[in-house]
Amino acid sequence: MSSNAKGPLVKRHRLSTRVWHWTNMVAIFLLIGSGATIFNAHPRLYWGEYGANFDPAWLVIDDRQSATGPRGFVNIGGAEFDTTGVLGVFEKGGETRMRAFPHWVTIPAEYSLSAGRRYHLLGAWIFGVAGFVYFFWSLFNRHIQRDLIPRKWQLTPACVRADIKNHIKLNFIHSGTEKYSLLQKLSYAGVILVILPVLVATGLTMSPNMNAAWPWLLDIFGGRQSARSLHFIAAFLLIAFIFVHLILVVLAGPYNEIRSMITGKLRLPAGDGR
Amino acid sequence: MTSRRTVLTGIGACLMLPGCERIGKTKPVHDLLYSLDGLTMRAQRLVTARGALAREYTEADLSPRFRVNGTRQPASADYARHQKEGFANWRLNVGGMVRRPLQISLSDLRAMPTRTQITRHDCVEGWSAIGQWTGVQLSRILDFARVSERAKYVLFRCADNYGDTPYYETVDMIEARHPQTILAWGMNGDILSVAHGAPLRLRSERQLGYKHAKYVMGVEAIESFAEIGGGKGGFWEDRSGYDWWAGI
Repeated sequence: MSSNAKGPLVKRHRLSTRVWHWTNMVAIFLLIGSGATIFNAHPRLYWGEYGANFDPAWLVIDDRQSATGPRGFVNIGGAEFDTTGVLGVFEKGGETRMRAFPHWVTIPAEYSLSAGRRYHLLGAWIFGVAGFVYFFWSLFNRHIQRDLIPRKWQLTPACVRADIKNHIKLNFIHSGTEKYSLLQKLSYAGVILVILPVLVATGLTMSPNMNAAWPWLLDIFGGRQSARSLHFIAAFLLIAFIFVHLILVVLAGPYNEIRSMITGKLRLPAGDGR
Repeated sequence: MTSRRTVLTGIGACLMLPGCERIGKTKPVHDLLYSLDGLTMRAQRLVTARGALAREYTEADLSPRFRVNGTRQPASADYARHQKEGFANWRLNVGGMVRRPLQISLSDLRAMPTRTQITRHDCVEGWSAIGQWTGVQLSRILDFARVSERAKYVLFRCADNYGDTPYYETVDMIEARHPQTILAWGMNGDILSVAHGAPLRLRSERQLGYKHAKYVMGVEAIESFAEIGGGKGGFWEDRSGYDWWAGI
């Protein structure tokens, strides 16, 4: 845990990582909120090439009338959950609204598919260009190879156990030869090398123009509606990552952590000098 | 530590949604948001082939039920009369910047060389349906009418109104002359139904559903759509701010 005794201040994050982090924060904020708006236009997900109201959906967020008024529900593969107040049916300014995602997560707050689509494309352009530059820069300066891919020795059972134990003890900040612990590496590599590329690629397949030119991309995901479902699932996994990320920043000491992402310098615990 | 937390909370609050929307309404951001479809169109056209064909499916892939969207039944007296007559006296008006304006009957359209394609219809809302469409390539009609070289867009005037506002759409010449861009009079092996846009609807297979104008009464070659309707190139573009280029 963060202690009051101060250890040395060490360089932790390079400039490209810091710039990308904050650019992404803005872009992903826009993308998640506007993505929720776009989902609200047709809050049903399918597998395969086609899918519309008469076709079976694996996920539905909707509302139905009941004796006590409208009830919101989520149906995942046949299992139904009442989500009144949060999803499907919610209150806005004393009024009952019936939409999948509520106004406090969507961009814009008042439903507008066209505005949501514009914000989503703005976010996508920022995210896509920044991600492209960062990815190739990080291959070039060997950030991915050196910092993100786990070392062989980190994968030995003893080291895996030690890292899990450190996380359980909330002991996050460490010195040593590696910038990131094994669990950190696995989650960052999973996001940067799997989740984000899936989001970009499935996002591109939402374009009928791209699908005409690059049909193989749609084939990878098993059709237009499968790609739409995978886009949503990948976004959900990214949100889960962001939640854990924010919780860990708070547990590891928010001042030190946020400073390290602004100035690049991280303070190590006392007695943990290198 | 407490004061630092307060500062951080403040930064978080600034990022909340209403603030974001206020930024979105400032002129530079508004202009940026409305220029993105042009940027996306140019970028996509840079990396994709002009003539790339949308995937064509087999009959086994057809949606069991193709959802009807938008107008189901145009309300005008004119349309009702044509519908009653089985569109026997109906004519497609081809005009604007053409050297040979035309009035083509439905039977003449059906006698023209046909193209049948099984394609996926992607709605802007997110759903997709696969249907079979039969019709005449728009490029044939444009050539037949000897469209001017100066024409940049093709305008489709439609019989369905939303209130007093007629539906219309425009596509540029790249999409208009695309081999899969057809004026369809048949669907799933039958004559096109009224709910799906009889007597004639546009298929523009590389764009989203709102481009696929139903109840097409007239086709005009134009140089600019600034003076037509609300000036944004289509009914939903005017009414709700949808992007003119609907390739994504």
